[in-house]
Amino acid sequence: MDVLNPMTYDAEEDQLRDRTKYSQMDKHIIPVEFQQQPVSTGTTIVAVEYDGGVIIGADTRTSAGTFVMNRFTDKLTPLTDQIFCLRSGSAADTQAIAQVVTYQLDFLSAEMNEPPLVRIAANCVRRMIYQYRDDFLAGMIVAGWDKKLGGQVYSCPLGGLLVRQPVTLGGSGSTYIWGYLDNNYRPNMTKDECYDFVLKGITLAITRDGSSGGCARIAIINKDGVERIDVLGNDLPKVFDL
Amino acid sequence: MSSIGSGYDLSASQFSPDGRVFQVEYANKAVEASGTVVALRCKDGIAFAVEKIITSRLYESGSNKRIHNVDKHIGMAVAGLLADARQLLTVARDEAKQYKHDYGVSIPVKYLADRLAMYMHAYTLYGFVRPFGCFILLAAYESDGPQLYGVEPSGVTYAYHGIAVGKAQQTAKTEIEKLKLSELKLEDGINEAAKIIYQVHDEVKDRMFELELSWVGQVNDGKHERVPAQIFAKAESFAKASLEEADDDDDEM
Repeated sequence: MDVLNPMTYDAEEDQLRDRTKYSQMDKHIIPVEFQQQPVSTGTTIVAVEYDGGVIIGADTRTSAGTFVMNRFTDKLTPLTDQIFCLRSGSAADTQAIAQVVTYQLDFLSAEMNEPPLVRIAANCVRRMIYQYRDDFLAGMIVAGWDKKLGGQVYSCPLGGLLVRQPVTLGGSGSTYIWGYLDNNYRPNMTKDECYDFVLKGITLAITRDGSSGGCARIAIINKDGVERIDVLGNDLPKVFDL
Repeated sequence: MSSIGSGYDLSASQFSPDGRVFQVEYANKAVEASGTVVALRCKDGIAFAVEKIITSRLYESGSNKRIHNVDKHIGMAVAGLLADARQLLTVARDEAKQYKHDYGVSIPVKYLADRLAMYMHAYTLYGFVRPFGCFILLAAYESDGPQLYGVEPSGVTYAYHGIAVGKAQQTAKTEIEKLKLSELKLEDGINEAAKIIYQVHDEVKDRMFELELSWVGQVNDGKHERVPAQIFAKAESFAKASLEEADDDDDEM
């Protein structure tokens, strides 16, 4: 197929060529130089609601293929004072979404004269992902606290879904800890239990997922504000390492 | 009339020497000429009562209602030029729809009142349009309690505990001030609002009128609607009975 010759141009093949070149799944099959690999937050992100707020956590690795571009990334990005988003997928796409939504919420809170609801923030994120679903690769979690409904966690995965969940995971590392969640999550856990759950989950995912690694960054969001905790690599809980 | 414009009242784009925009004041006159609307913010909800004056027996009853819904949770009652109000109703509904589309949650009534006020104010700035000749009342029962807002033709908006607009607004306001609104329950508020309408209605000037009643509050879970038939009947008979009581009192003198 010659791209410049209209007679032999095949649109489907052309699009497929683009996809296979940048597809996350195929990067193992087609060995491409890492500079041509998009920078992704192949990631583990976790968010859980507790009575009075939310606890969110992520690993700190940004990878471009096999190269670790940033080993202490901050994937917990504030959208407002008390609403955060957790980013997984393409680093550029998720940063762009977070920037635009931060602006939208800033404008809205100036108009309404009060901080925006978590649901509104989640909707803004979801609308961007849905609108550009064919172009973006962004799986995000929006979590925070507002006066009306307290702590809330909303999942905004790839296609543009919006769903509120008491606990949710995201990113490539999450596949390794769904079983851990199913076995260890109980509703109405205390704040400390939720913290241990999040930290342990991230640690387990880091040990198994090549695209997740580094340290664990955790944030606790409630009516009093945000408390950030960075658990460095050697302080992560010990798991049995074969 | 003491307020004769004498040349400074020809368009809304002119101030008078003493700093008034006469066109906006004339718009208020249009509001004052319409049937009375009474709104009460009770402890657990808001009651609207409208005196819908009927000018001819030939009109079908129930036409040209003056209470409407903007989205499920916000009620709008209008006083003034009905055609102007119809356009504002469309604008309000569009705002509510756009907010829901952009942000996924229902529009807060305070925000809607501000948007509507901005729209109405825009029409007071130019010479080639005229201000809206209606006073809009917006009511909702939100998570922080009942909220009642009123938007004037000038584009100013206030939040109210109770308000009356229209022909008999002064008399009705006096009646409202006699009530203890913060302790009034919505079911009683409906009756009181109906009673005020009946009391201030001028039998001589406007023979026939239809009473319109609506409410929004804890009782209907924040969904604004016309009151159910039995509540309506109860309110009407309460209102008529209190009128007769007043008459009886007069007779005894």
